[in-house]
Amino acid sequence: MSVAEPRFHIEESPKNVVSAADTQLDITFDQLKKLVTPRALTGDTMLLNMGPQHPSTHGVLRLLLELDGETVLSCIPDIGFLHTGIEKTAESKTYTKAIVVTDRIDYLAPMICNLAYVGAVEKLVGVDVPLRAQYIRVILSELTRMNSHLVWLGTHALDIGAMSMFLYTFRERELLLDIFELVSGTRMMSSYFRVGGLWRDAPDSFADAVRRVLKVFPARLLEYENLLKENPLWRERTIGIGVISKEDAVAYGMTGPSLRGSGVNYDVRKAAPYSSYDHFDFSVPLGAHGDVYDRYRCRMEEFYQSLKIIEQALDKLPPGPVITDDRKIAPPPKHEIAYSMESLIHHFKLWTEGFRAPEGEVYHAVESGKGEFGVYISSDGGPRPRRVHFRAPSLCNLQALPQMSKGYLIADIVGIVGSVDIVLGEVDR
Amino acid sequence: MGLEQKLGNMGVVTMSAEKAINWARSNAIWPMLFGLACCAIEMMSTQASNYDMSRFGMELMRASPRQSDLMIVAGRVSRKMAPVLRNLYDQMPEPKWVISMGDCASCGGVFNNYAVVQGVDEIVPVDVYVAGCPPRPEALIDGILKLQDKIKKEPLAKWQ
Repeated sequence: MSVAEPRFHIEESPKNVVSAADTQLDITFDQLKKLVTPRALTGDTMLLNMGPQHPSTHGVLRLLLELDGETVLSCIPDIGFLHTGIEKTAESKTYTKAIVVTDRIDYLAPMICNLAYVGAVEKLVGVDVPLRAQYIRVILSELTRMNSHLVWLGTHALDIGAMSMFLYTFRERELLLDIFELVSGTRMMSSYFRVGGLWRDAPDSFADAVRRVLKVFPARLLEYENLLKENPLWRERTIGIGVISKEDAVAYGMTGPSLRGSGVNYDVRKAAPYSSYDHFDFSVPLGAHGDVYDRYRCRMEEFYQSLKIIEQALDKLPPGPVITDDRKIAPPPKHEIAYSMESLIHHFKLWTEGFRAPEGEVYHAVESGKGEFGVYISSDGGPRPRRVHFRAPSLCNLQALPQMSKGYLIADIVGIVGSVDIVLGEVDR
Repeated sequence: MGLEQKLGNMGVVTMSAEKAINWARSNAIWPMLFGLACCAIEMMSTQASNYDMSRFGMELMRASPRQSDLMIVAGRVSRKMAPVLRNLYDQMPEPKWVISMGDCASCGGVFNNYAVVQGVDEIVPVDVYVAGCPPRPEALIDGILKLQDKIKKEPLAKWQ
């Protein structure tokens, strides 16, 4: 009598268990050797690890620095410490539900990330957004840009040594967060922009709250300028530091104020206007030298331009609906559900299955506080995206960091990292 | 007749060593300057002008784990960050406490996927969980006050 073959074959080492060794990338020594100078191999220069837990890396960035004395010979950024799998998570959610994860990409400018994502979906399904919603989106995007710049200014100055700036900028930031809370009910992760418009109309006190910001900010900005603009210590630490040429900046794919600091006139709001940005009159501040100081100046000037846009949008804010009346995309008002069978069906369909987008792919970009924030969506015709990809400006800007920091002192590294204005949630996603 | 009556009004307060040490520990916690993601921004707001955490003896953020006794895990912990976080925790001197700030650190939050550790309590022991995405500064302050209460009740040594 023969022994029966076992019905299941059990492998000696189960493949479904991921060990730490499996997750390591296969990087050869030769590949690593190219990143540093030959002197590092002889022990002539020092390799220094900076981060991922470091107060000046703006999150969890790790930099491997090769130093000759205090001079930086090479700088190798190591990213991925905040990899969250946001793109993959978005694939398993319906188009509306995925708005929630876009907040958490660039958590300093959540509304701009929302705007990019809903803009891409709107392009994909072909839905028009009412003018009032577009204007409110513009106002909130500009407030978000100011919010992003305030955190940048506070932390950048803190890194260089001007600690009081941090306390001032976070005082003003609360004014902006109060407005976000007013419209959406939460301070940071608002998810206020929906496909086809807004979640609900802004409350009556919205205009007054924004006017208060318009009134308060010029004086506060002057306070910042008095502290830093002509400050000899600040100028010493920023002028001529971290220089990147126009050509290099373009070649590295930099966007936003980091690119404009080198004098390249590229702003998505002007180059490809979205959400009726072409209705407003504003200018794009440009730097000339591409150093830390010019990037600082660009962002400071952007505050004034943002205020200018907000004022125009608030003056011209038209009345009307804030979300499209296409019931296949946007949910019906709650009171309609009580008497309309059709509305009830739409409501049920939208909150169980979601809407289906036509097959195809779309790319939509907006100007975030950091640069061109793009969303690419590939659809297979179902209620969930097949693939979502975010073009993160911080990641592209970070690529230029090795080029920018070569030859400067180690103390300048914190200033240069701050001037690129990265947010690690966006770099790693 | 207790010692207090003997001393009269010499300006001396007597209490148990346990109470005195816990009082000192709970009111001068040095948190580690360590932010991960979105919650770190709210943690910064909590220390800044409007909420001012120094009212609770918490303003001295140390960038080195060797000098800190509280780790506020502010944000999502990725699989790549997890060993680093554990390493930092191990480097902190005893006694040490951990606040898990926000939904991602507490339970994974909205990110139930391959990249995020589903709760930082898989790696380090957590004393206080603060809910919210991100929690408001008031919520973090409440978590810190809860931790102070907890420290005040901690026994100094484990008696039989």
